[in-house]
Amino acid sequence: MTWTWFHRLGSPPYIYRLAGRLTPWFGWIAAILLLGALFDGLVIAPPDYQQGDGFRIMYVHVPAAWLSLMIYTWMAVAAAVGLIWRIKVAHAVAAACAPIGASFTAVALATGMLFGKPMWGTYWVWDPRLTSELLLLFLYLGYMGLRASFDDLQRADRASAVLAIVGVVNVPIVKYSVVWWNSLHQGSSLSLTGKDTIATPMLIPLLVSMLGFTLYFAAILLLRLRGEILRRERSANWIREALSS
Amino acid sequence: MTHFLHMGGYAAFVWPSYGLTLLAVVLNIVWARSLLARSRMEARRRLAIQGERQ
Repeated sequence: MTWTWFHRLGSPPYIYRLAGRLTPWFGWIAAILLLGALFDGLVIAPPDYQQGDGFRIMYVHVPAAWLSLMIYTWMAVAAAVGLIWRIKVAHAVAAACAPIGASFTAVALATGMLFGKPMWGTYWVWDPRLTSELLLLFLYLGYMGLRASFDDLQRADRASAVLAIVGVVNVPIVKYSVVWWNSLHQGSSLSLTGKDTIATPMLIPLLVSMLGFTLYFAAILLLRLRGEILRRERSANWIREALSS
Repeated sequence: MTHFLHMGGYAAFVWPSYGLTLLAVVLNIVWARSLLARSRMEARRRLAIQGERQ
């Protein structure tokens, strides 16, 4: 077995070029899926028998919450890889994840509040799911604040990586909070192992929306990643090459 | 159309949710592009400084 592919993944010029080539693909496929999900979710899917048309908030709320957790996990794994094997590209991935994750955590919280008001009668309760998601936002903001407090990029990478890794314990807490504690928040409608507790015409736009947002994240991540890689690069030759292409 | 915009009485919650999400989607594109543009500019500046030294 050869490890060349693994070494290439750690090579800044290779990743810079690859990211540039992949971004439009992810971006355009995401745009098509999201427009499809938007139409399907707002127009085609029938109103819920309990929540009426209010349930349509789900099509933005659930993907945003999904991104908030998935991006944090990516960030922590990338930070750990960067810390353990001292791979610059991995640190660049972690740094690129944070602002995207923070913004979608804020969207998950805000759309959740707009969902909670008509369904629960309140914008906010200190419920395990809501509280741990708020903590997730603070972890992202803390990570970004910590990075910003260093002038030296390498030291920022290493210090913030520790915070990202420690904070990852909050991810399963958010995910399973509705199972572990008695929560006002409803349980998951999607299941990989069991039966989904959602009707098919309502499920399809949700899955398309989640896939669309995931690919959208990939496109934004790759765009940011190129910026982060350039910031870390000191070798004149490949910078010249990268800027000319 | 009015019926659609009314969202079965949930308009005040549905449309702000979609609006905020759209805002995040657009802002992330703008932020990412500006980060890349800024990094390119700084890289060019570094190249220029290295060129002067040689």
